[in-house]
Amino acid sequence: MLTREQPVPPVEATTPSPTLLDIRNIAKSFGKSVVLRGISLQVAEGEFLTILGESGSGKTTLLRIIAGFESATSGELWMSGERLDRLPPYKRRVNTVFQHYALFPHLSVEQNVAYGLRVAKHSESEISARVEQALARVKMTAYAKAKPSRISGGQQQRVALARALVKRPQLLLLDEPLSALDANLRRQMQLELKSLQREVGISFVFVTHDQEEAMVMSDRIALLRAGGLEQVASPREIYSRPATAYTAQFIGHTNLLQTEVRGGVVHCSSLSWKTQLPDGPVLLSLRPENIDVAAPSPPTGKVRFRGRLRNRAFHGATELLQIECADGLLFSVRTGTRSDWQGELEFEFDPADAVAVRNSEPS
Amino acid sequence: MFSRIYRIVVTVPPLLWVTVFLLVPYALMFCYSFWAVSASQTIVHSWNLANYRQLFTVDVYWQTLLRSMWIAARVTLFSLLLGYPLAYFLSFFAGARKDLFYQLVIIPLWVSYLVRAYAWKTILGSDGVLNTLLQYVHLTRHPLEFLLYSPFAVVLTLTHIYTPFTFLPIYASLEHIPRNLVEASSDLGASPAQTFWRVIFPLSIPGVLAGATFAFVLSLGDFLAPLLLGGPSGIMISNIVVSLFGAAYNWPLGAAISLCMLLLVVSLLFVSERLEKKWSFS
Repeated sequence: MLTREQPVPPVEATTPSPTLLDIRNIAKSFGKSVVLRGISLQVAEGEFLTILGESGSGKTTLLRIIAGFESATSGELWMSGERLDRLPPYKRRVNTVFQHYALFPHLSVEQNVAYGLRVAKHSESEISARVEQALARVKMTAYAKAKPSRISGGQQQRVALARALVKRPQLLLLDEPLSALDANLRRQMQLELKSLQREVGISFVFVTHDQEEAMVMSDRIALLRAGGLEQVASPREIYSRPATAYTAQFIGHTNLLQTEVRGGVVHCSSLSWKTQLPDGPVLLSLRPENIDVAAPSPPTGKVRFRGRLRNRAFHGATELLQIECADGLLFSVRTGTRSDWQGELEFEFDPADAVAVRNSEPS
Repeated sequence: MFSRIYRIVVTVPPLLWVTVFLLVPYALMFCYSFWAVSASQTIVHSWNLANYRQLFTVDVYWQTLLRSMWIAARVTLFSLLLGYPLAYFLSFFAGARKDLFYQLVIIPLWVSYLVRAYAWKTILGSDGVLNTLLQYVHLTRHPLEFLLYSPFAVVLTLTHIYTPFTFLPIYASLEHIPRNLVEASSDLGASPAQTFWRVIFPLSIPGVLAGATFAFVLSLGDFLAPLLLGGPSGIMISNIVVSLFGAAYNWPLGAAISLCMLLLVVSLLFVSERLEKKWSFS
C-alpha cells in the first residue's frame, strides 16, 4: 500500500472531504504545441468541480487524460490511492458523458444503458434491474425500446447520463454535455444535473466554456487559461475575489481600473480614496452591480463620480449602462431598469468592492 | 426556373442512352429467350419455354451455374477475409500513413484486368514462377498441375481482382463510425475485442454487405478468368453463354441463361440493399 500525503483541502471548501482524484503536475504537448503546462488539482469525494476555459485552453484535453483517451506527456494521476494514468480507459472506474452523447446507434436506449454492465458480464437479472433504475432516474423509462436516432437531443443527453451512472463510477466526467442543447433546455438540464449529482453523491468533473453554467452548478471552478490554471475557487469566491484581471473579466462583467497608490490613497484619474494597499500601481476590479446611482443623502464613505450616459443594454431585470466621466474614464454600471436615465448622473461605490487583481500574462 | 429547352437538352440524351443501350437490348434478349433454332441453323420466332427447360434439365447448364455460384461464394468469402482486416487496419491504426496505404490498395485497379489475369497464368503455370521456385527449393519434384487450369486458379485470381472492391465499401463504412463511439465503449469498460465485436463490426455491416455483393456479382458473371485459368473443370456460366452466342449459335438458349443470371443478380442486389438499409443508422 502506498502512503501519501493527503493534500490540504481547498480553503473555501465548506466540509473538507477526502481527495478522490489527485492530478499531479500533468503536462501535455502535441508535437511542438503545449496544451497543458503542469496542472495540479484535487477533486474531493462528492464534489462538483467545473473546469472552465475558453476553447483551446486545454480543458477537454485534461478531461480526456483523466478518462484515459489521451496520455499525459508528464505528471501523474492518482485515484483513491491507485495510480490511474497507467490504466487503459476500460480499466478505470471513471465514466464519461460525451459532448455529442456518443450513444451507440445500433442499440436501443435500454441496450445502450445496459452496455457497460453487459461487457462486465453481470447477470441478466441484475442488468435489467439496474438499467430500469437508471432509466427511471433520468425519466427515460418510456423510451427504453427506442433507437437513439428517434429521441431528441435532451433525451439523448439523459440516456448518456444513465449509461454512465449505471456503472456506479467513483468519478463522472462530463465534456460540455449541454452545449448542443437550446438555452431553455440547457438551464433545465443544469439544475437537473446538479440535483442528480447531489442525489448519487459521486464526484463530477464538468468541462464547459460557459461561465454562467459553471457558476450555477459547481462547488468549485478551476479556471484554465492557455493550458495553465488561472484560479481554483468556489463560484462565490472566484466571482467576488478574482485573483487576476483575466479571471475578473472571464467570470462575469467587470470594470478594470488602472490606479496608483501613494501613501495609503488610491488615485484613479480624478478619483481618489483611502486604502490599505501598499504604494505602487494597482489594477482594481469593480463589478458593475457594485456601482449605484448616488443617493440624495450625504455621502457615507463611498466614492462618488459624475458621468454621462453613453450606452445602455437592457437585460430584463437589470440594465447595463456605460457611463463616461468628464476625464474620459468609462464605467459599466448595472442598475435596476428605469426608462428615464438621461444626461449627467451621479454614481457611487464602496471602495471595499474594488478588488486588487494581478494583471497576469498567460503562464 | 430552367427553360423548357434546357430541360429537354439535359434529360433527353441520358434517356435515349438508357433506351437504346439498355432497354432495347434487354427486350430483344427477352424475346430471343422464348424463340428457337431450327435444324437449318436459323432462328425461328416460335414462342416456347424449351430454352428455360433445357437450362434446368441439361446437367452441364445447371451444374455450371451452381459451380459458378460456388466459385463466386468462395471469392466473396476470401475477399472479405482479406479486405476486412485490411480496411480495419487502415481505418483505425494506419495513422498518418493512411493515404499512402489506401493508394497502395487502389493501384492494382489501374492495371488492366487482363494483365492481372495473365500475371497469375505466368505464376501458376507448370513452367511458372511458383512451380519453378517449389522445384528449385526441392519442395516438389514435378510441377504441381492443380495450380493452373482449375477452379483453384479461378478463385485465386478473382479474389485478387475483387478484393479492392470489397475493401472499398468496408473501408468507407469503418471511416464513418464516429470515433467517440469507440471511446465510449472503452469508457464503459469494454476491452478492445469487445468494442470490435459489439460496436465496430455491427456498424460496418452495410459495408460488408456492399462489398460481398460486389465480389459475388462481379465474379459470378466473370468469363475471362475461367477462360484463361479455369481449364475444363473451372468453366463458369458466362463461358457457356459466350459459346452459345458464338460458335454454338444458339442465341435463344444463351438469352435464356443470361436472363436467369440477370434475375439472380437483380434479386441479390435487392436483398442486399434491403439488408444494408436495415443495418444503417444515420
